Amino acid sequence: MQHDETLSTSAPDNRFNRALMENVHPPAWRNPDPADMYNLVIIGAGPAGLVAARSAAALGAKVALIERGLIGGDCLNSGCVPSKAIIRTSRLYAEMRTADDFGAQTPEGIRVDFPCVMERMRRVRSRISRADTAQRLSENGVAVFFGEARFVGPRAIMVEGDTLRFKKALIATGSRPTTPRIPGLAETGYLTNESVFDLTALPRRLLVIGGGPLGCELAQSFRRLGSQVIIAQDEPMFLPGEERDAAQILSDALARDGVEIHLNTTAVAVRREGANTVVDLVSEDNMISVSVDEIVTGIGRAPNVENIDMEVAGVQYDTDSGILVNDYLQTTNRRIYAAGDVCLTHKFTHTADASARIVVQNALFLGRQRFSALTIPWCTYTHPEIAHVGLYIREAREKGIPVKTFTVLMHDVDRAITDGEDEGFVKIHVRDGTDRILGATIVAKHAGEMINGLSLAITSGIGLRALAQVIHAYPTQAEAIKMAADAYCRTRLTPARKSLARLWLAR
Amino acid sequence: MVEPTAQSDEELLDRFQQAAFGYFLEQFNPDNGLIADTSRAGSPASIAVVGFALSCYPVGVERGWISRADAARRTLVALRFFSNSRQSEQADGTGYKGFYYHFLDMKTGKRVWQSELSLIDTTLLLAGVLAASEYFSEDTPSENEIRQCADAIYRRIDWQWACDGEATVRQGWKPESGFLHYGWEGYSEAAILYVLGLASPSHPLPDDSFAAWTATYQWENIYDYEFLYAGPLFIHHFSHAWIDFAGIRDRFMREKDSDYFENSQRAIYVQRDYARRNPYGFEGYGNECWGITAGDGPGFRTLRTDGRHRCFLGYAARGVPYGPDDGTIAPCASLASLPFAPELALSALRQFCARYPEMTRDSRLPSGFNPTLSGEGPNGWVSEGYFGLDQGILVLMIENYRSGLIWKLMRRCPYIGDGLRRAGFTGGWLR
Repeated sequence: MQHDETLSTSAPDNRFNRALMENVHPPAWRNPDPADMYNLVIIGAGPAGLVAARSAAALGAKVALIERGLIGGDCLNSGCVPSKAIIRTSRLYAEMRTADDFGAQTPEGIRVDFPCVMERMRRVRSRISRADTAQRLSENGVAVFFGEARFVGPRAIMVEGDTLRFKKALIATGSRPTTPRIPGLAETGYLTNESVFDLTALPRRLLVIGGGPLGCELAQSFRRLGSQVIIAQDEPMFLPGEERDAAQILSDALARDGVEIHLNTTAVAVRREGANTVVDLVSEDNMISVSVDEIVTGIGRAPNVENIDMEVAGVQYDTDSGILVNDYLQTTNRRIYAAGDVCLTHKFTHTADASARIVVQNALFLGRQRFSALTIPWCTYTHPEIAHVGLYIREAREKGIPVKTFTVLMHDVDRAITDGEDEGFVKIHVRDGTDRILGATIVAKHAGEMINGLSLAITSGIGLRALAQVIHAYPTQAEAIKMAADAYCRTRLTPARKSLARLWLAR
Repeated sequence: MVEPTAQSDEELLDRFQQAAFGYFLEQFNPDNGLIADTSRAGSPASIAVVGFALSCYPVGVERGWISRADAARRTLVALRFFSNSRQSEQADGTGYKGFYYHFLDMKTGKRVWQSELSLIDTTLLLAGVLAASEYFSEDTPSENEIRQCADAIYRRIDWQWACDGEATVRQGWKPESGFLHYGWEGYSEAAILYVLGLASPSHPLPDDSFAAWTATYQWENIYDYEFLYAGPLFIHHFSHAWIDFAGIRDRFMREKDSDYFENSQRAIYVQRDYARRNPYGFEGYGNECWGITAGDGPGFRTLRTDGRHRCFLGYAARGVPYGPDDGTIAPCASLASLPFAPELALSALRQFCARYPEMTRDSRLPSGFNPTLSGEGPNGWVSEGYFGLDQGILVLMIENYRSGLIWKLMRRCPYIGDGLRRAGFTGGWLR
């Protein structure tokens, strides 16, 4: 979460950032006079807070939204939006370098103009920020307050000297990057997955500490933009928790891009040697030192639970796992709810969005919606992308569910072949002996788009038999999903059924 | 030399099996029984290769390639070495807690390359030790001593320590850094490790360890074949060199109405189908040219060939269908598929002989070759020298196909039966 009232001090002052600020934290903003009582007071105007504010106000609730930094939260300002903008440019450079694989001429003398890359990112961010400006929220009936919020009682919050009284409140303060405790790291300086988007020059040599989704995305995109990238991951594979075949394909892809991979490796010390930052990396009994220009870390997330005096309101929390909530997203104060990163394990924008919708129903309309009932997909936006929804095989087996996986390789999908994007797979896990979809993993160039069809199927209770009946446009890469469903249907052709068919045809 | 096309299957197999067996005679140190990991100059010994050698000697005797006395002598010198060599926490020992370091100096028998105390390689060594113990059953001083040494080696192994408090065994341990931190999930070559660990008469693995390991299995439908997935082909071979899994089933295979033998067969079909699809357009791949596994490779480099950017690898665990795949074919892995899919393995062997005569001239197959790298020789890149693991699995799998000798020997070994039953296997020859 952004703590300053502006973009970070290292962010360049240009027209796009100034336009962004006008939208997400107008310098001349004046907080409105507080109402006597609000139906819902929301702390935090990130994805969860915005969704709750908009939908509650649309339903006629009197809503106050408090933000200490920038509207849009991490996702817009320092997370999904800027990273995806940069990934897009890095993909283009990668494709330019391999243009001859596609029958095109590889341009000569490809030069990366890093300031240009960042300028586009800021332009994109500024444009998206127009969707939820302070002004527009205000016009839609949301009372927008900028400033630090503090509970002053079980039903009241203080912001900039104003007391906001509420019937219900929502804490959606989000999370912030955590940095590993490595001796010398703080003194030497480092970038987080947020401050990395304020860079004005491409680091020649970059060390990424951590091989989770953010680390892998950054490592690959900066490598494709021309940095020499080393990635150190202290686990035996990237994306711990993801299916190992997916992690293996990602590892191969990073290596192919020229990322120097160090698995099972821990950064143990950082120091300055002249103009170089030197990092000691330990793997089992080997230690190597690498010289780099920048370090990116901040691969974990910590919930923003401090400095809002939740104790005063009787809201229990943990500094590691965040605010304690029940399945209805109620905190230990039944009038106060939480949503998004501050209370959830899966810290995604779409999860924050979904949890906020539950809160609006449960807090304002006597709803009894459960968070555990949600089907939540996620995606790592590397190339190829890695997307998942539902249960993993090991989770199913731990629950004692017999599981069978129908796998279609992207190299069998016509459109993937024509597009030169035939790396990866679609794996759909079903309860063995049935067509009930338990979960799915997709590794493909557009896995994030493709997983949505399977999320729909799981949420709607559609099985593989029904999916096989759905005509998919040809040629599309999502046809892989239908091919998996067709593979399921073929397994139903038992020898007895085949014999019956033969008898029928021979009559 | 008779042209392969003019030879019967039996003659062809005999030729390649004997050539593979010759590796163990050539790479043998008579002072300690150790066998070199590869035929390359300066290669250390690999304990797993010694395990294969100990299993191959009975084959050599039965085929008339060495005398029983010679085989017993070679076996005994190795078993004496492993019984008497130093077990300690020190970095230059031969082993610790009854396990052994992966690579040992050919002369001194001490740990080299800072290698790990290897659980799976010790298991493969132990499989050879137990095979020898079963084969050399006569009441002679040397054969009695073989059985005594074998028993002592097995009893000394502390399988419980190797779990390090977890439900499954760790992959290895180093004196400098403790237990290794590698992920070792999913179906692998470790079935025999759990069987022998569970059957240990002194420090057995806990009963639930096999279930904990199999909990990480993936049963997949790929190319319309349903099987317990593992990418590299060797995984579908190694435990099977000693244990006849046909007709016996654990809980997982009962649930899937299959067995591990049939599973290897399906994995081979998937390999063949992958090569037929040849998604990355590698030279040579096809119906009769397949076999992708862990093994030697051309070395890391990126090249543009056939209108594509390609990344080649050195020694790597290649796999099907998720990769990595750099066009390197492991001919030994194809031929070692013989007991499961004889028609496929034989047609692949004949194809190798016909299309890549340089590679098969000496009737001994290299670790890998890569016809896509056409500039590196008449058959493309070919791995230098020979690897002991490749030659060992070839001798054993060809023999299992021809006579079932190793399977029959190991069925008699009480530990194999006990371990399988403790792992939950029933049916077939276990009845």
